Amino acid sequence: MDAARPYLAAFAARFQQMLQYRAAALAGFATQCWWGAIKVMIYTAFFHAGRHDASPISLGQTITYTWLAQGFLALNPWGGDPDVAAAVRTGAVSYDRLRPVDGYAWWYARAAGWMTARAVPRAALMFLTAGIALPLLGFGAWSWRPPADLAQAGLFALSMLLVVALSSAIVNLTNVIIAATLTDRGANILMGPLLIVFSGNLLPLRLFPDWAQTALFVQPFAGLVDIPFRIYFGDLTGAGAWAGLGLQAFWTLAFVAGGHAWMSRVMARLQVQGG
Amino acid sequence: MNSLYLLWRYLQTSVKSQLQYPASTIMLNISQFFLNIIDVIAIGALFARFGQVQGWKFGEVVFFYGVVSASFAIADFLTRGFDVFGTEFVKTGAFDRVLLRPRSAALQLIGYDFRLSRFGRLAQAIAALGIASVSLNYHWGPPQVALALWAITGGVALFAGLFVLQATLAFWTVESLEVANVLTYGGIQAAQYPLSLYAGWFRTFLIFVVPLGCVAYYPVVALLGRHDPLGAPDWFLPMAPAAGFAFLGAGLLAWDFGIRHYRSTGS
Repeated sequence: MDAARPYLAAFAARFQQMLQYRAAALAGFATQCWWGAIKVMIYTAFFHAGRHDASPISLGQTITYTWLAQGFLALNPWGGDPDVAAAVRTGAVSYDRLRPVDGYAWWYARAAGWMTARAVPRAALMFLTAGIALPLLGFGAWSWRPPADLAQAGLFALSMLLVVALSSAIVNLTNVIIAATLTDRGANILMGPLLIVFSGNLLPLRLFPDWAQTALFVQPFAGLVDIPFRIYFGDLTGAGAWAGLGLQAFWTLAFVAGGHAWMSRVMARLQVQGG
Repeated sequence: MNSLYLLWRYLQTSVKSQLQYPASTIMLNISQFFLNIIDVIAIGALFARFGQVQGWKFGEVVFFYGVVSASFAIADFLTRGFDVFGTEFVKTGAFDRVLLRPRSAALQLIGYDFRLSRFGRLAQAIAALGIASVSLNYHWGPPQVALALWAITGGVALFAGLFVLQATLAFWTVESLEVANVLTYGGIQAAQYPLSLYAGWFRTFLIFVVPLGCVAYYPVVALLGRHDPLGAPDWFLPMAPAAGFAFLGAGLLAWDFGIRHYRSTGS
């Protein structure tokens, strides 16, 4: 346990720091409500237009997916940790090299704390709004539905833990790219479109054409949004759900191994910028 | 005349400074292109599954998207100074310097920065209009081109008005408020689908409060040679983009009011 202490401390410190930004959380929440409402109206129009068997998931499931995706938006690896980018720019990254801890695990714990703290209040607000207030106001058709059953809820909780693990691994890989290229511009720019399309943030992956489904399921970004939410409303059950969890774990390990190895190489010949 | 010359000089300086980093500028343009064209992928996937929506076809929805996207790209190119006004002018106190110069603040803020990366967004808007034209087998004659340009111009005015209002808020909030993104970036999101898809209260908002429907929905319905399923008369459709200019006018009035109540942060 002692070995993990510094990393837990890094996680907790970053978590508490990010919780201070209440105005940012409220602004983000307002944006996500607006986006969610537009998407819900559009999906409703499309589902009412098409045959009822046109889609493998129902309208209610698609709407729940939309609110979940908006609520947990901050758990996605949108780019590197801004603190790491600043440290690389100012040269403060050399302090991180002096700490008697594993550099990769240190950044990883910070990334996990950073994302979780931004996601938790927003997801809670989103649930209160879309899951509780909307049905009470008579917008039951637009609401965030409860999970399929208790077993699926348990698997969903497990899957969300893996989301944090996978997402932190991708953020940390981006951190390493930033340290290697000395700027956060290129890495952050490349991440955006890939993430939006392949995670399911743009559109639930199940709504893409049937011939693409297998490929979409096994690629790494599905583990950030699509897999946990399909488990939540019971579209992935039993062996399918375990396969999803396995894929999340596999990609996490792959990104951690790749990131760790690359970071050792980058840090061995790191150029520190002064200033 | 002198103001126009000054704007031209601002533009030249801004473009020159960005061309000092050609690779970065090209990269940003390409990324802007791809970051935005993915919306068309979503529209395509939905139509591949459901066939049509309330009688609208894929090409028609992409048409809406292309027009509103072009408007936004141009407005964003012209009004960067207003977009970052809170953070870079009010908070830092730099606005005091702007007020000391013998030219209007609005002129100087327009000239603050012209970001070339917006051409990537404009290019994808034109690509979207190309996709829509091919998909609908659309015939572009001079009246259609004129109406499309008029709609896009009205949209530029509307989005510019939104950026001006966002900047005006910063007189009181000091920071730039991200919430304004709901209406700018969220506005494109909303206006890329025909208004008839939305719930009544939301349509009312998009027509009478922030008239995005007037600069994208109505003129494009006319361009597509349709009658408005919501019942707006045919003669009104091509005139609707004028609402964008009215909105910009209201924004500039609010801006003048804001300037008169400006108090320096003293930084």
